[in-house]
Amino acid sequence: MPWDRDQMAARAAEELEDGMYVNLGIGIPTLVANYVGDKDITLQSENGMLGMGPFPYEGEEDPDLINAGKQTITELSRTAYFDSAMSFGMIRGGKIAAAILGAMEVAENGDLANWMIPGKLVKGMGGAMDLVAGVRKVIVVMDHQNKAGESKLLKECTLPLTGKGVVDRIITNLGVLDVVEGGLKIVECADGVTEDELRAATEATIV
Amino acid sequence: MKKIYGSAAEALEGVLTDGMLIAAGGFGLCGIPELLLQAIKDNGAKDLTFASNNAGVDDFGIGILLQSRQVKKMISSYVGENAEFMRQYLSGELELEFNPQGTLAERMRAGGAGIPGFYTKTGVGTQIAEGKEVKQFGGEDYILEEGIFADLSIVKAWKADDTGNLVFRKTARNFNPPAAMCGKVCIVEVEEIVPRGSLDPDNIHLPGIYVHRIIQGEHEKRIEKVTTRKREDA
Repeated sequence: MPWDRDQMAARAAEELEDGMYVNLGIGIPTLVANYVGDKDITLQSENGMLGMGPFPYEGEEDPDLINAGKQTITELSRTAYFDSAMSFGMIRGGKIAAAILGAMEVAENGDLANWMIPGKLVKGMGGAMDLVAGVRKVIVVMDHQNKAGESKLLKECTLPLTGKGVVDRIITNLGVLDVVEGGLKIVECADGVTEDELRAATEATIV
Repeated sequence: MKKIYGSAAEALEGVLTDGMLIAAGGFGLCGIPELLLQAIKDNGAKDLTFASNNAGVDDFGIGILLQSRQVKKMISSYVGENAEFMRQYLSGELELEFNPQGTLAERMRAGGAGIPGFYTKTGVGTQIAEGKEVKQFGGEDYILEEGIFADLSIVKAWKADDTGNLVFRKTARNFNPPAAMCGKVCIVEVEEIVPRGSLDPDNIHLPGIYVHRIIQGEHEKRIEKVTTRKREDA
């Protein structure tokens, strides 16, 4: 059985270590926060906050307290606020240990595309280009194939890039792969998925 | 010098002109200068260029100036919440320059700090790098980005004293300090103007040297996405 969204998030949470400052993207990456357990993780929200807390109780929403997805959130005892220039200073400056992001396509050389589909609605890259360029470890969580069953792990990206050679590790519904010299390396397969099945579902070179 | 003005319209008098480059604070609808945006709409100034992370929603924030066709160009990182924006952009009525969010923030900060350009690795090898100078440092490529020098800054803070020292609240700070820094003239709207001496000098988020005009007003502070969790049973 391939992993579902929550299992992928739980697997991604295993990448996080005590003391890390981490930025989580929108979608499945947001769910990773549910699986960090007892680990001492500080979540960054790039609109200007370290120490992001959970959603507020109903009636306790504060319009001055939102995350980068514009959702209402809460603060923690460790929370610090700062402006956008400082926020991206810590991102660009390599202070954030890891970013967990979604992707439309990843190439075997670590190229990432996750911000734009030409000819469709163009929303903008937000902070994604800054994150992948600056954060020390970029972990992508994504479905292995699109709805047509085609691999999203490619020899080369077809969509406009968010970053060139920036991805370190890919966690999909079928398993975990690292970007290494010459292509992708299988780290593990999802429960019940064989290495042959994973290879067959992947266009990118597996070394 | 008196910095306090009676209303947003008054504060814009003699400052706002057609064709200006305006840097605006705010992230989504959080910490946006909503009173000044409404006053710019009422003023009718046109052909404006906005450097602002987002473009508001259809009927709030910069969105209201898109509806009234007062905006010629946006410099933004994310405009996904605004249908009117998309319509005008796709029909060619509106120019759009996408900047990565951190690049936009740093362009504002740099402009305010007298830095006309800086090199960053953000966007290297992407569409953003097209036409930009590439320079190697330590064997890695960086692209040249330019500081933003705005004609006018409009920002929102929580509190100001009469000298313009500002305090922001929680994540409503966001782009407001860098946006305030990069304008020739900076107008700030606050929820409360407090007497000189009542703000802790060690906890001023932006010193009054960057602030030229101040207004106080009532803010709607609209929430874009209300998200809550259930109370666990006691």
